[in-house]
Amino acid sequence: MQRNEEQVDRIISVLLRTGVITAASVVFAGGVWYLARSGMLIPNYRTFHGEPQELRSVAGVWKGVLGLHPRSVIQFGLLLLIATPIARVAFSVIAFAVQRDRLYFALTIVVLTVLIWSLSGMGYAPR
Amino acid sequence: MNSLEFSLVVGLFGAAAGFLGALTGLGGGVVITPVLTLLFGVDIRYAIGATLVSVIATSSGAASAFLKEGFSNIRIGMFLEIATTLGAIAGAFLATRIPTSALGVILGLVLLYSAFLSTRPKPEAHSNDSRDPLAERLKLGSRYPTPHGWQPYRVQRVKTGFGMMFGAGALSGLLGIGSGAFKVLAMDHAMRIPFKVSTSTSNFMIGVTAAASAGVYLNRGYIDPVLAMPVMLGVSVGSLLGARHLSGTETRVLRIIFGAVVAVLAVEMIYNGLGGKI
Repeated sequence: MQRNEEQVDRIISVLLRTGVITAASVVFAGGVWYLARSGMLIPNYRTFHGEPQELRSVAGVWKGVLGLHPRSVIQFGLLLLIATPIARVAFSVIAFAVQRDRLYFALTIVVLTVLIWSLSGMGYAPR
Repeated sequence: MNSLEFSLVVGLFGAAAGFLGALTGLGGGVVITPVLTLLFGVDIRYAIGATLVSVIATSSGAASAFLKEGFSNIRIGMFLEIATTLGAIAGAFLATRIPTSALGVILGLVLLYSAFLSTRPKPEAHSNDSRDPLAERLKLGSRYPTPHGWQPYRVQRVKTGFGMMFGAGALSGLLGIGSGAFKVLAMDHAMRIPFKVSTSTSNFMIGVTAAASAGVYLNRGYIDPVLAMPVMLGVSVGSLLGARHLSGTETRVLRIIFGAVVAVLAVEMIYNGLGGKI
């Protein structure tokens, strides 16, 4: 039992590190690409407009990546980063299932549901 | 400043904040939002979006390292994450409703309080006299490594801790911070979990909490990739370097300096918020 848990800790540790490194690499690559192309533009964050639709949802970002938009690539990297803790929780669901820990299996499912519900937009329809 | 210069400067500020945040245990995220809004004139909603993303990066990186040391308690983390994620979503929704000047003032107050908390002495051991039946049912107790071998511990006042965690999650979602100081407060102070276990479990939870509000921020268009990019990369590199330098004595001066910086930024945020300038 104890050994099993140590193994789970180790896998989660690797999972988290891999997620962050992958996400940071994608963000960096997208950033270099964007700055090489539009680095001379003057940024304006003084007034809030909100991001365009294609940068506001998982599906939109993915479409932008396929369309080779550097901003979408950065956003995709950020989505990978957001997905990292979610993947960690998903892995815990499996780990608790293997350990036949029903209580924690259920609790972890609740957390995972909340996370996926939030990322999917919770039925929020943008104007 | 064009985008290239802006990214480089913001990246450097992020690296410095991440470095000091990791060294002092305050977290890099706490100063990024005030720096972006006060120094660079960024709208607080974009600043919060960018900071939240960087918080996920640093906490996941740190959690990865902590896990190997055996301090983190995954059961406690997972159970309390129900409270923090729901709190985070509530907080993120609230953030889209209340005026930005109010966000500035609340962030300032939270910063002041976190800086104050970080100066408090760290209690080492808790007495383990009373039992919480809920903690037993949830199998929250465990053991952690000490210089004298593995030390078992029990968990108390689970309901209070759970409620405080909802609050910590709400602050995280409202302000885009990790709110690690409040998570530690709930675990260490209310639930009587050993300090080291509290801090590393808190780190473990921050990423999940932040991921919950990130969904709301993303859908509302708060996360700007070009702004978040230098912040996230800078803070990550900075806190990685900071974590390598963790060693007790020499960090005391830095801790005081960083605490002072945080306090000044906090007062400035409150002042500008009250003046309606945020």
